[in-house]
Amino acid sequence: MRRLLAGILMLVLSTVSAVASESDGLILHRSIQNFPEAMLALQTSIGEHGYTVSRVQRVDIGLTKSGYKTDKYRIVFFGKSSEIRAVKQSQPQLIPYLPLKVVIFSENNETLLVASNMTQFSELVNNEYTKTLLQRWNNDIQSIFSEIK
Amino acid sequence: MLSVLGIKVSVRSWLVPVLMLISVAVNAAPNGQLLYETNCASCHGGNGKGGVGVPISLPSFLHSVPDTYLEKTIRYGRPGRVMPPFKYLSDAQIKAIVGHLRNFAPGKYPESLHALVKGDIKRGKKLFGQHCASCHGVNGEGGKGTGVTFSRPRELPIIAPSISNPGFLLAATDHMIKSTLMNGRQGTPMQSFLKMGLTEKDIDDLVSYVRSFENVKAKKKFTEESAIMVFDSPNDLKTTVENLKNAAGAENFRIIRVQDLEEGLVKKGAESGREVVIYFCNFQTLNEVLGVDPRVGLFLPCRVTVVEREGKVQVMAINPRYLSAMYNNDELDKFCDQMFEIYTNIIEEATL
Repeated sequence: MRRLLAGILMLVLSTVSAVASESDGLILHRSIQNFPEAMLALQTSIGEHGYTVSRVQRVDIGLTKSGYKTDKYRIVFFGKSSEIRAVKQSQPQLIPYLPLKVVIFSENNETLLVASNMTQFSELVNNEYTKTLLQRWNNDIQSIFSEIK
Repeated sequence: MLSVLGIKVSVRSWLVPVLMLISVAVNAAPNGQLLYETNCASCHGGNGKGGVGVPISLPSFLHSVPDTYLEKTIRYGRPGRVMPPFKYLSDAQIKAIVGHLRNFAPGKYPESLHALVKGDIKRGKKLFGQHCASCHGVNGEGGKGTGVTFSRPRELPIIAPSISNPGFLLAATDHMIKSTLMNGRQGTPMQSFLKMGLTEKDIDDLVSYVRSFENVKAKKKFTEESAIMVFDSPNDLKTTVENLKNAAGAENFRIIRVQDLEEGLVKKGAESGREVVIYFCNFQTLNEVLGVDPRVGLFLPCRVTVVEREGKVQVMAINPRYLSAMYNNDELDKFCDQMFEIYTNIIEEATL
């Protein structure tokens, strides 16, 4: 009986939350905060989820120095060293997609964040550990975004 | 018996209320605002004023399109024009989103009328070239770029839509297209063609020509692309890195960084040293591609990775053609094709 109930609950919850969890190759999130605040919130949230920010690529600075006008546009690279090591050892075909990254850029007084849905790379991997990891990375990115108001 | 918060209860006693609660949750009317915020606001803005997506809160737009146009647009999207199809939303959820959109500009809007307009396609083509092509493109492909970010000055209210797009033609009735041509769209560059001196007969011809785009075959998309590009290098890791830097420079790319893949993730000096990433950039191309699609940063900066395993050296890169499928942007596909060729040239040159 308990198993049956658990099954029903899981089924219903998955239906109800389908809108939030279903996505294509991109995860997009709009923050109503301006760029500096959203950037700070992003890096804080990444840290709170146990990840390390390894680098921030300031795309806008490079463009401006080259004479092009642009809004703030940055790429935040992050990961957990143990996970990155495990994946690049067992699934080297994922190396070009590592570490994880979030694109963050300003839109007037708001900020847009974009990340890859990492589960789309599940078809490239051949072990359950990595498939589960890709799913967790995806969940974590969604969770990180959800904390950036 | 089950224990809930330390209180023993029979399964039957709590099963009924739980199932009722579930039933209420599942059958509750969809919340249009919540659905909009979840699915639409990231591109179109919380207030519908646009962003990566086009503005959708203009009263002149909302007052001139029927619900079916909005519903079909959400359901089928715009193939190759950024707006994705929302296949997973139920009809009720889509109707709820449309209901929320109507709140942006309360007022009257037309019913969906399906009567076909019969005009002269050949004459319509000529009129299209004279009056429409400058904004909508010679083949109705629409303006360049996405929404308002990067691609054009922010004061422009809306990008010229692709009126040859299969998604548009599926959503728009002849009556809606005719109405738009006759009345224009206040707050956008779209003028009333009647006020510009065209007759209703001219407009019927234009509608028939626009409808004839349905017969144009869709462009071939990249399919079955591998997610990565991998090349074997006959050289050692260090030499391969140097060769790649030179090859990227020869293709007019500036080397912006060479680093270990683990740099920043582990303590300095503890990196494995077996995966070296070379980042390079051509800022002119970068500026152009961001104009086409500002979400493209997931490709950036251009990068190849040199990997050493058991004495064997390989060069790896993302396959831009594979990634382009994520963006639903035909314009971006052209850049991805170009980048695929550039990556191939650089890596082949470095691994000869």
